[in-house]
Amino acid sequence: MKFTVNGTARQVDVEDDMPLLWILRDALGITGPKYGCGIAQCGACTVLMDGDAVRSCQITSDMLEGADITTIEGLGTPQALHAVQAAWIEHQVAQCGYCQSGQIVQAAALLARDPAPSDAAIDDEMSGNLCRCGTYPRIRAAIRTASRTLQEG
Amino acid sequence: MSRAGTIARRSFLIGSAALLGGVAFGVYAAKRPFANPNLTGVSDGAVSFNPWVIVTPEKVVLIAPHGDKGQGIFSAQAALIAEELDIDPARAEVSFGVPDRAYYNRVIADAAVPIKSIDTGATAELLRDVMGGVAKLLLPMQITGGSTAIPDSYDKLRRAGAVARETLKRAAANRTGVAVGDLRSENGAVILPDGSTIPYTDLASDAARIEPVTDVTLRDPSEWRLLGKPMQRLDIVAKSTGTQAYGLDHALDGMLHATVRTNPRQGGELLGFDASAAKAMRGVHKVLEIPGGIAVVADNTWRAFQAAEAVNCDWGLAPYPAEQVDHWAEIEQSFTDDRLNAKPRDDGDVDTAEGAELRAEYRAPYVAHAPLEPLNATILVTDTRADIWTGHQIPGFAAQFVADITGIDRENVHLHNQFMGGSFGHRLEFDVIRQAAEIGRQMRGTPIKLTYRREEDVAHDYPRHITMGRGRGKTANGRVVALDLQLAAPSVIASQMGRMGLSVPGPDAQLHEGAWDNPYGNLAHQRVRSYRVPELAPVSSWRSVGAAPNGFIFDTLLDELIHQAGADPLEERLRLMDHDVSRKVLEAVGEMSSWGSPLPAGSGRGVAFVISFGVPVAEVVEVTQTESGIRLDKAWIAADVGRVIDPVNLQNLAQGGMIFGLGHAMNCEITYADGMAEQSNYDSHAGMRLYQCPTIEFRALENGPKIRGFGEPPVPPAAPALGNAIFAATGQRIRELPFNRHIDFV
Ligand code: FES
Ligand code: FES
Repeated sequence: MKFTVNGTARQVDVEDDMPLLWILRDALGITGPKYGCGIAQCGACTVLMDGDAVRSCQITSDMLEGADITTIEGLGTPQALHAVQAAWIEHQVAQCGYCQSGQIVQAAALLARDPAPSDAAIDDEMSGNLCRCGTYPRIRAAIRTASRTLQEG
Repeated sequence: MSRAGTIARRSFLIGSAALLGGVAFGVYAAKRPFANPNLTGVSDGAVSFNPWVIVTPEKVVLIAPHGDKGQGIFSAQAALIAEELDIDPARAEVSFGVPDRAYYNRVIADAAVPIKSIDTGATAELLRDVMGGVAKLLLPMQITGGSTAIPDSYDKLRRAGAVARETLKRAAANRTGVAVGDLRSENGAVILPDGSTIPYTDLASDAARIEPVTDVTLRDPSEWRLLGKPMQRLDIVAKSTGTQAYGLDHALDGMLHATVRTNPRQGGELLGFDASAAKAMRGVHKVLEIPGGIAVVADNTWRAFQAAEAVNCDWGLAPYPAEQVDHWAEIEQSFTDDRLNAKPRDDGDVDTAEGAELRAEYRAPYVAHAPLEPLNATILVTDTRADIWTGHQIPGFAAQFVADITGIDRENVHLHNQFMGGSFGHRLEFDVIRQAAEIGRQMRGTPIKLTYRREEDVAHDYPRHITMGRGRGKTANGRVVALDLQLAAPSVIASQMGRMGLSVPGPDAQLHEGAWDNPYGNLAHQRVRSYRVPELAPVSSWRSVGAAPNGFIFDTLLDELIHQAGADPLEERLRLMDHDVSRKVLEAVGEMSSWGSPLPAGSGRGVAFVISFGVPVAEVVEVTQTESGIRLDKAWIAADVGRVIDPVNLQNLAQGGMIFGLGHAMNCEITYADGMAEQSNYDSHAGMRLYQCPTIEFRALENGPKIRGFGEPPVPPAAPALGNAIFAATGQRIRELPFNRHIDFV
């Protein structure tokens, strides 16, 4: 199976039904995407696949041939932040932070598609990403800030 | 020579220590109860004679012993030290340190003291000191829980910073001949009168040779530079870039991956198993028998998960009633004299007070903690030592379990506490620690990461206890005149401490917490009695413990009485209060929510007020009945924490805590069938999702006489505020959680 992760070509030899989440975490050592539920209920494992936000716990290796995967690490780094990450820092969104990789990737996908989302569009897009710590008010605020930054930029 | 002096001299004598320098400062040099853990295992010649501050020639290290589950205490502890030490916490190294009795929690026992948490009179304080002292001697426990991390740290850590600062200044005075009084400190350095600076790191070896200056005065809050102002959490960049490492992310060379499956009837036996299919699966190294189940060790987590599901297990019966109805039946039978736990409040005479009577019965279910990061631990056991990487709220006990199971001496067990992806009380439990130790013991020399499947995590969550309340009250002349509440529940503390091999004598205060300690002194006739139900399913502390179910029951009963009296829910609560700090909190939330202003038809506001962990909290929720169910529109929360350390983090805790309380009240419960939890993952136990979240405004007040922790107090008023709002909007009074048993939410 050949595919790209954060711009680097990767190849793994695993079972057809092994999920991308575990390929990333255990085979490739990319730990930004988190395991929360394994059944598409929490969104902690969210990554971009050819630009779309997907639950990596549901993407099996047989779907990966030629795919372009971006994880939170590929979105931006502490030295070169993505606008969404910068907004997350400005609003100090995180509590435990465990859900936030998935939240940020999901928000980045939304803003790439819809740079000025309505409140309803934010609610629709983000409701598959569970935050057990309850950071939702800050997530909404950070998305609005990132939206402004991206439009000005 | 004093003990501190002896240690300082020893530090001086340890080979190159004096040359390389390095010194650690703490608070109670003369009267500290336990030896400084930094004395052993320090590297690079750094010496240490106190627990919280270490200065070496290279760096300043601040030790933050309270674990961080998301509440931001890692940063807050660093800020408390840094405020007095005059250093930018972002430029120091901050570490959880090693588990040690020196970091025992002084205030954790306060909740067990039979006096109201808001009573700060001299007698009450004396009793707390005595009890705290007893707890210190009997049970010196390093524990993060009970919203105690801030109150436990507030003086201790500032003092640690001040001692370090003054000692460094003394060292600088000795070196330069300038009087200490002419020296200042700023930004990690001592400043001389001519403006030149000596970095603390340069003074480390000098400071190691002198007695620490322990006669320090803490700065008045008006002089604070960091505390009380918005701070940037030290972990915020890592947590916004996917670079924060949690326990689940720990990796070691040659590491294998494990998962466990134990009897889903929690505490039941494994009667037998067939692992032949599992053993043949790709990547599987071993299937081990462990207490109550099996462990699979494989070359990656997913393969371990797959193989664990392929093991055929024969499970024994549950050591508690198999069906949920039988749990409730046991509780219903518990309102008897022989199960009376305590009668903490009995004012006036509820029986003879005159008025129209109201009776109602309330239920609060088992609820799972379900933090997003599933339980995990990475372990490496050799013949001579054990290392374990995990996030735990009682790390010293966890390390002791590892020692007991592996046979390695406690001093050779090293627990490396990790940032936690939530806990809500879940990481007070030890199953994952014991299982990791058992696997490590059976596979010495191989590093193993044990990860729970979410389903295993929920099945063994040790949920919040179930509670039933029987309420009665009387109203007359538009007022509430009497309230009589009986609460029955199994003891969380007994269940939890029992698994630690400890027993707690006397009545369990959590069985009436959040109900009896109310500020309604003007409600002349009131009685609260709690009844202790024999243990049913094993349970543990769930964010705010007894105050969540009891606060829901007490405040809902009060709200019902107020409505029966025809009074205004907020005005009548205010009238009943005789505690000024509480009254101001309730007034604040009334003002914030424009209480009393008209709402469209189909909308309603509910107010609730609960004191827990010494914090008066008032919440208002505004809901609208739509065609497809109840929508939460807006919410407000006001609280008095005595003193605000970081307003940004406090607001985050307020909003998050309220969301936690609301979400579980809306849709979460654990129920048992055939001895097993019927819920297994977030599809059946989610809490709130973003689209359901109301806007939430917060106001912090600082009128209370003591600083308080705020991890838990926002939770208890949320459920009754929502229930009271639903009643106001629809006329439907729901006396049972979760509310979605009776009503839909959009
Ligand atoms: S782990 Fe993939 S959605 Fe939860
Ligand atoms: S910040 Fe903890 S789960 Fe979202």
